[in-house]
Amino acid sequence: MKKIVAIEDLDNIRKIGLKKLMPDVPRAAVGLATCGIAAGGNIVYEKLKETFEKEKVDVYLTKTGCFGICHSEPIVNVRLPGKPLVLFSEVKPEDVSEIVKMVKEQSIDEQRALCKIEEWDHIIPEHPIFYGKGFNGIPLWNELPFFAYQKKLVMRNAGIINPEDIEEYIAVGGYYALFKALKEFMPDEVIEEVKRSGLRGRGGAGFPTGLKWSFARREKSDIKYIICNADEGDPGAYMNRNEMESDPHMVIEGMIIGAYAIGASEGFIYVRAEYPLAIERLSKAIADARAYGLLGENILGTGFSFDIHIARGAGAFVCGEETALIASLEGNAGRPRKRPPFPAQKGLFGKPTNINNVETWCNIAPIIQKGAEFFEKIGTEKSKGTKVFSLVGKVKRTGLVEVPLGTPLKTIVYDIGGGATNGKKVKAVQTGGPSGGCIPESLFDTPVDYERLAEAGSIMGSGGIVVMDEETCMVDTAKYFLEFAVDESCGKCTPCREGTYQMLNILKKITEGKGTRAELSLLEKTARVVKLTSLCGLGQTAPNPVLTTLKYFKEEYIEHIDEKRCPALVCRALINYFINPDACRGCTICARNCPVEAIDGKPGYVHIIDQDRCIKCGTCMEVCNFGAVVKLSGEKIETPLFPVPVKRG
Amino acid sequence: MDKQGIIKIVEKYKCDAGKLLNVLEDIQKEEGYLSEVSLKNVSSVLGIPLTKIYSVATFYSFFNLKPVGAHIVTVCMGTACHVKGAFQVLEALEDLLGVKPGETTEDGKFMLTTKDRKFTVNTARCFGACSMAPVIMVDGKIYGYVNAKKLPLILKEYGWGVKNEKDSSDRRP
Repeated sequence: MKKIVAIEDLDNIRKIGLKKLMPDVPRAAVGLATCGIAAGGNIVYEKLKETFEKEKVDVYLTKTGCFGICHSEPIVNVRLPGKPLVLFSEVKPEDVSEIVKMVKEQSIDEQRALCKIEEWDHIIPEHPIFYGKGFNGIPLWNELPFFAYQKKLVMRNAGIINPEDIEEYIAVGGYYALFKALKEFMPDEVIEEVKRSGLRGRGGAGFPTGLKWSFARREKSDIKYIICNADEGDPGAYMNRNEMESDPHMVIEGMIIGAYAIGASEGFIYVRAEYPLAIERLSKAIADARAYGLLGENILGTGFSFDIHIARGAGAFVCGEETALIASLEGNAGRPRKRPPFPAQKGLFGKPTNINNVETWCNIAPIIQKGAEFFEKIGTEKSKGTKVFSLVGKVKRTGLVEVPLGTPLKTIVYDIGGGATNGKKVKAVQTGGPSGGCIPESLFDTPVDYERLAEAGSIMGSGGIVVMDEETCMVDTAKYFLEFAVDESCGKCTPCREGTYQMLNILKKITEGKGTRAELSLLEKTARVVKLTSLCGLGQTAPNPVLTTLKYFKEEYIEHIDEKRCPALVCRALINYFINPDACRGCTICARNCPVEAIDGKPGYVHIIDQDRCIKCGTCMEVCNFGAVVKLSGEKIETPLFPVPVKRG
Repeated sequence: MDKQGIIKIVEKYKCDAGKLLNVLEDIQKEEGYLSEVSLKNVSSVLGIPLTKIYSVATFYSFFNLKPVGAHIVTVCMGTACHVKGAFQVLEALEDLLGVKPGETTEDGKFMLTTKDRKFTVNTARCFGACSMAPVIMVDGKIYGYVNAKKLPLILKEYGWGVKNEKDSSDRRP
């Protein structure tokens, strides 16, 4: 393959790529990131392929990543020549024939479509890409409430281009920023541009990226490294997975520009082993970039050499901390160490090392391409740009949501997410994973940026937003995160190892109704000690879920302690199941399904749960077809002592 | 795994950084777990003390030091799955497969294998498929929106509920 040296080489590949993106024949693409595949996207893809072949339809069938609207997967997008890109949602294998028909007859069923894209800003220097006009009965993509408040900067290509095709990435302006950086900028100028953009680390802490780069830049060393932290460990956060699966070249391009600015010759992407598809797509992207001379020796003929390797993590949350990650890369157990020296001075194998989160790297190309001013205009005074959040939990529209920093929580939860499911009331959101906190509904006016989330006691974290409703117990949530911290604490420093363990013990007692008020204050005190005295970020932030729930939901703790009641009906020791004698039809389904034979009854008779034997698994409630099983905490209903005939009528 | 096999894997990784974890993961991918023999052979091939390799293999939750069943069922315990009832899914799974709940192996990892060695149940932190919570993974394939009713259907794809040959031959007159 011919290596890219001149701008003409890049332009030529771009033309080839554009032919694939907007071919003269119809193009159909299936969203095949992990979420799309899990929803059955690959079955749809295979069936489309088979049917197109069978019916001899002239079509370019390909795959894309995830467009972010995960609750409507699988997504298939279709573009007829000269027409807008049309997205179809929830495509099942049985819908394939319908889509094949539309492609074959080149006529779109407007009622079936989710939305359309007429033009799209792939953050290309000159202009957005124009896909076509028409189909007036289909709403534009940003007319859907889910997208109306979004700004796609990091997810500029996700769900549109084929992530496994470097030519399509180049078609939408990919590697032009690299060309510009290497040919027109001195390394210091690149750093200056990133500094001026105001970009801050997207891993959670929000350290200014340009400043971080300048530390590694000024170190004198024969060899320097850069690392992409893709050990996305926060449960409930998956934006990094999607960024790597849907647009891997965007990560790679950012890393090459960063390596040039810092003077690094080798880079590593440390990916968690739970993301096999991300690893596969990154590996292909690296190989393709190498073949085009975008990685390896003498990149773009400039004399600059740099290469990227993939290292897999192995399921240790603490490895998201930079010194632990470095220890892990060196082949050790991933335990953090004291800083200073910072990785910029002594990092991997003792050499200057710069680590950034996946999403930080994703922002680099647009900043270079469009200039710091373009980026700096988005967001708030201190938090620039956009952030991708994974909006999950008990919310109607789950998915990946990219909004300008400073967007209020209520916009994200209600306008984009559509509020809670099943008509329930939203109680809180949890941001920042095990290091973050729970923010109550009363504070949903809070603009999401680094400072304001910290003021509320939480952190931005990598971007998980887990919505909790009235059926989520906040004490149980705190316990859940503490269990996580206890499991994942590496054990090196005492406050984290012992402190989190003691906190968990208290929380366990409270959820069992055995806690006391004295222990509640001990819990708070221990939390503060762990926060102040732990060695690394894991321990310093592990008490946040406890501290924020204590701050905003103390009454729930008190109810568990004083009244032995779990208002959300979650804590098992504090709830009981009863069969409402007025609603029971005596069908015996509950008794037959009870795993411990705790239900007494016979056909036509009211069933009764033996409270002493009941293990509170909830199976009876799930199988009852008449809604006769009720779950209560701190109260009970009158039930007969032995089975009596059911009331007819 | 024998030394020849390990040398073949090691040759794929030219770069020192990340090598040990990559090698251990490849071995586990092939054999399902890291046997004592494999660890000893990795030690001699890479020239790294066995104690250090043992320390690494036990530190990371991804590694199994004991043989696993033919199919691995992993229940995601991430936050989104937790609030949507991952614990109930895990309980239902344990119930269906007849593995005793709450058991852990001596190295503290959660892992349960059925008596016929057909299934191993374990848990993971998060697969990053949170939008479809609760999720489980069987042999690398992710299933979303799982509940107690769906579980038997999923397990059937992997031969659950089908008596193995020996059982059926026993019933022959």
